[in-house]
Amino acid sequence: MKFANSLAWKNMKRKPGRTAALILLAAFLAFSVFGGSIVVKSLQNGLDSYESRLGADVIIVPNQARSHGSIESILLQGIPGYFYMEDSVLEKARNTEGVEVATPQFYLASASAGCCSVSVQVIGFDPETDFTIKPWIRESYSGDFGDGDLIVGSNIEIPSTRKLTFYNVECNVAAKLARTGTGLDNAVYANMNTIRQMMESSVLLGFDYFSDVPAENAISSVMIKVADSYDIDQVTGDLNIHIRRVEATQAKTMISGIAEGLTGVSRVIGVMVLMIWLLSIVIMIVAFAMIVNERKKEFAVLRVVGASQKMLSRLLVSEAGMISLIGAVIGVGAASLVIFPFLGLIREQLDLPMLLPGLPVILVLLVLSIAVAVIAGALTSAISVRKITRGETGLILREDV
Amino acid sequence: MKLRAEGVSRQYFRQGKGTNVFNALKETDLTLEEGVVTEVTGRSGSGKSTLLNVCAGLLTPTTGKVFLGDTDLYAQEDAARSRLRNESIGVIPQGQTGLRSLTVLENVLLPCVMYGIEGQETYAEELLEQMDIAELRNAYPSELSGGEMRRLSIARALIRRPGILLADEPTGDLDDENTHIVLSLLRKCADEGKAVLLVTHEAEAAAYADRIYRMEKGVLTSQEG
Repeated sequence: MKFANSLAWKNMKRKPGRTAALILLAAFLAFSVFGGSIVVKSLQNGLDSYESRLGADVIIVPNQARSHGSIESILLQGIPGYFYMEDSVLEKARNTEGVEVATPQFYLASASAGCCSVSVQVIGFDPETDFTIKPWIRESYSGDFGDGDLIVGSNIEIPSTRKLTFYNVECNVAAKLARTGTGLDNAVYANMNTIRQMMESSVLLGFDYFSDVPAENAISSVMIKVADSYDIDQVTGDLNIHIRRVEATQAKTMISGIAEGLTGVSRVIGVMVLMIWLLSIVIMIVAFAMIVNERKKEFAVLRVVGASQKMLSRLLVSEAGMISLIGAVIGVGAASLVIFPFLGLIREQLDLPMLLPGLPVILVLLVLSIAVAVIAGALTSAISVRKITRGETGLILREDV
Repeated sequence: MKLRAEGVSRQYFRQGKGTNVFNALKETDLTLEEGVVTEVTGRSGSGKSTLLNVCAGLLTPTTGKVFLGDTDLYAQEDAARSRLRNESIGVIPQGQTGLRSLTVLENVLLPCVMYGIEGQETYAEELLEQMDIAELRNAYPSELSGGEMRRLSIARALIRRPGILLADEPTGDLDDENTHIVLSLLRKCADEGKAVLLVTHEAEAAAYADRIYRMEKGVLTSQEG
């Protein structure tokens, strides 16, 4: 093996043009496999993260939600929006059969005027009854979260003073949340008392967000957990029947639109990766066949001086393996340089939640992509190796003279 | 060491009208003995190289056997036959056969390196001295002349100290001076105890040979008596 590796290395060095072309091909293959799988995995992660952050079985929003920013665009894309309904909806929901827990949420779009530090979505929740935001906050922050405290999404810059002001209500930033890859990363979170104070202050500042709903009674949505023994479809239907001027939607339905988009994008990426794969493999087979043909005399000389068929196979496969390994490392490196710094841009273009997988998953994908490129290189060269090692050396020498 | 070919023949199959079987080598016996230069002469395509390749274990004969000492060469598996060739048969193939990615010295050492045999550098240097190409040890084959390349092939064929040396047109495209150098080297090898087969169409080679055969249309005939 030492001989095969050393001769393979010398062959590669003496033919830099040929080696570079093959390395480029292997790099292309690894780039597409690694880049494609990271994007698809990030999309899946984004969806999972969004689903788990949503955390509810059913969500109730006012009918007018569509005209003031849908819940999907607030939570998914981070577009600031607002819509309100009276908090009597909460009581009605709690009284509906099959509802185990119902908790209100408050969405307040901060203004870009001087009363607010940054223009973001402020999301309020009731710490007493919340079951969607608190568990997530607990992952990043275990301290107290009282009135006047804020927890910010991962995309929000924390000022050195750790103070943020919304509608002249100065708040203390308690913590920053882990990244979700969704619009939730662009939001700040406050408890019910804090956000109510902001809402009331916004009225005093002349912002008319609430139309005919009194600010002190306004809520934006109700997140519902359905009791285990109840059918979610049935409970959603009951809520729509019994509560007027609101829309109860299953969280699953909200996710399905994104899931469909994700499936479509994943399929396109998958088909593209497959096409690149097939093309690269065909080119590699042809390239190795041409190279082996060009080097027939060289292989015949090796046989003449005593190389067995096995040694010759080892030499060629090891040469192809080394080339593919170098190409794969370059390809994976290039994919990393393109994907990791520009994930935000890719996310914007795809308009889907994206969240990079953790380091262990990235490392596994990296190793697999390299392995796939090396195996593809070795296997495609093996086809030519079979041809050359099966031929009789005497005949090759005879042809070549 | 002695090499004995017994009743070897070789047919080739080729596309064309009529019969597609071509008898390149008809049933032939040949013995190569220690200290003897055996010359096989004849026109191009007469079957000389086919006989040499059959003797080298590089071309399976259609009939017959080749014995290296008492070992039937073609009864061996490829790995064993390759190793035997590496150890006992030095082949100087026709044409330019230096590996382009290796220097002259690395080319000469190739048969040793292939089987992990170390410590042959001094002997390789000696061979290069004998072949008068020592100063080219770090050059690549593309930088050598035809005569230098041929001497490189001879040095490579000798590095494993084989008992048998098979040379296929070793003076093919060389000038008179280089032809003389190469033939003298082969003669010297025989004088040192090797069995040498010299396949050539050079008339001049006869002066260096002990036995001369002529090959015509695959039939080998002795030129003596």
